[in-house]
Amino acid sequence: MENSLVVTIKNLVKQFPVGGDYFTALKDINLNITKGEFTGLIGPSGSGKTTLLNIIGGLDSPTKGKVSALGNSLNDTSHNVRARLRRKHMGFIFQSYNLLPVYTVFENVELPLILNNVEMKKRKAIVKEAVASVGLSNKLDSRPNMLSGGECQRTAIARAIVHQPGLVLADEPTANLDAENSHHIMKILTDLNQKLDTSFIFATHDEKIMDYLRRIIHLDDGQITEDEFIKNSKVDTSK
Amino acid sequence: MMIKIAIKNLLGARLRTILNVFVTAFSFFLILFMSAMYDGMLQHAKQVTMDTEIAGGAYWHPEYDPLDPMRFEDAHSTLPSEIQSLVDQNTAFPVLVSQASIYPAGRIMPAIMKGIKPDQNIVNMPTNSLSGHDDISIPVLIGKGMASDTKLEVGDTFTIRWLDADRTYDADEGTVVHIMDIENFKLDMGHIWIPLDRSQSMLSMEEEATYVTYKKGAPQIHKTEGWIHRDINYLVQDMEAIIEADKPGAQVMYVILLALAAMGIFNAQVLSIFRRGREIGTLMALGMTRTRVVGLFTLEGGLNALLAAAATLIFFGPILYHFGVNGIPLPIDYTEMGMIMAKRLVPIYTTGLVVSTTVLVSIVVLIVSYIPSRRIARMKPTDSLRGKAVV
Ligand SMILES: Nc1ncnc2c1ncn2[C@@H]1O[C@H](COP(=O)(O)OP(=O)(O)OP(=O)(O)O)[C@@H](O)[C@H]1O
Ligand SMILES: [Mg+2]
Repeated sequence: MENSLVVTIKNLVKQFPVGGDYFTALKDINLNITKGEFTGLIGPSGSGKTTLLNIIGGLDSPTKGKVSALGNSLNDTSHNVRARLRRKHMGFIFQSYNLLPVYTVFENVELPLILNNVEMKKRKAIVKEAVASVGLSNKLDSRPNMLSGGECQRTAIARAIVHQPGLVLADEPTANLDAENSHHIMKILTDLNQKLDTSFIFATHDEKIMDYLRRIIHLDDGQITEDEFIKNSKVDTSK
Repeated sequence: MMIKIAIKNLLGARLRTILNVFVTAFSFFLILFMSAMYDGMLQHAKQVTMDTEIAGGAYWHPEYDPLDPMRFEDAHSTLPSEIQSLVDQNTAFPVLVSQASIYPAGRIMPAIMKGIKPDQNIVNMPTNSLSGHDDISIPVLIGKGMASDTKLEVGDTFTIRWLDADRTYDADEGTVVHIMDIENFKLDMGHIWIPLDRSQSMLSMEEEATYVTYKKGAPQIHKTEGWIHRDINYLVQDMEAIIEADKPGAQVMYVILLALAAMGIFNAQVLSIFRRGREIGTLMALGMTRTRVVGLFTLEGGLNALLAAAATLIFFGPILYHFGVNGIPLPIDYTEMGMIMAKRLVPIYTTGLVVSTTVLVSIVVLIVSYIPSRRIARMKPTDSLRGKAVV
């Protein structure tokens, strides 16, 4: 079953230099995430959710311990190797969408494909399909400033999945959205999770999200306090 | 791929791009314009000197040194025959140089007195104003600068005192017959011009002269009998020395303008990197390597320069052209400040100037785009994602 592991973390410690001292944001984390999981990192503010997500995404490096994602060790890899890993196999969704303001919806979603050197002819169809999957086909030429928060986040989702990554990391994807939009987003994500066989890891303290999660990892003060697998989530796991 | 993204970024960020491009274009324009003005000024000064003073070149009496008035009294003789024949053919004219003292309004002033043939038409000086004054003992032509120094006006008389060939002092009354508005201050400051035959008889140096200026294209004399041939190259030397001496000043100006342009672009670039911290973080999260992000921003800066060059051509080209054709009227008369300056300055755009300015500006733009972009490489994507761009 080793090859179905998407993320493995062993004895991870993350420290940030603060003044002349260190602040330990993550203390001895051990965690495995398998393919197709729909997992949430839950915990109060400052518990280390974002930090853990960033380390899994190779945006930050561990202080101690072993971390690998999608079969690549993230311990001693160069920036470029990690960038390549993200480019090819990961997608990111942010709390504040982080769309490029000067790009249209189409262009924002197209960007990962351009970075992956996908041919222009192929790009168009792929982008349109991704945008359709989040229900924004009528907004292809709109710029982010013309979109609602929910539409921005849907664009960001399309951008995160357009290159069919193995792993999508989402940091508080619904924190800026109202209840209706949050549910809409989560439905889209659960659908994509099942269709694409993509693993999702969320960092959140949004109660509304929890019902959709199939695994909830509780973080507190940089430590995992509970790791529960949920049977009756809103996602039908039987399929 | 990068270029596509860079173009998209530039086109997308309409106002920011327009501002950046405009700042660069304006600096570009200023550099080009100021340099061309400067070149035009030098060119003009040289042209005026040639036109009013040098003509085709000159033959000097062996003792003549324009910078040493004490030796003027030895620097005269009759002309070598071949030079004389040039004068006879009207392709050259002689000038007799001597020292004199003048007493305008009771003051005493040293002056260089030059006897010149009133009917010469080889240099552009109003010497014919000296002819036909039989009623006046010494008709005098002076420049505007000299007139204002001495407070002399046309018709005013003043005493001229000189040392003649027998080394005895003599004096007579000069009358200002014309005040010339000449751009070449060297013919103005400290000079009084009188008819050649008058000066020859005053100094008892009949048929003698100090130097002979000849027309462009006059035949070269071989038997100069000791007189020294001074060609154009020699005669423009001190002009060129002035230009040379002025060069550091011009270069400082050039550097200042370039630095201003660079600062403008640098600022815009730093600002855009600072503002676009989150964008940079996003690009890195999407898997762009740092090198590529730096490349992207440098490329944007470079494209900026390219657009600026085009904008300069489109928006400032007509202005540059207009001034290039019509010149720029100057509000002040610089001749009084001892400068050869046209009333209308015509900037000269040489290919060298345009090419070197373009290359230089482009290099500077690339460097100042690259330096702030390099900071990106030091940024942690996690920081930039939070919008904390550390510049
Ligand atoms: N670059 C950093 N330098 C110093 N301390 C940091 C840094 N990044 C995070 N921390 C600290 O690490 C701890 C965990 O931060 P993290 O952002 O992971 O929390 P979080 O669980 O995502 O919180 P929130 O729910 O508010 O987003 C916090 O106490 C934070 O102050
Ligand atoms: Mg967080």
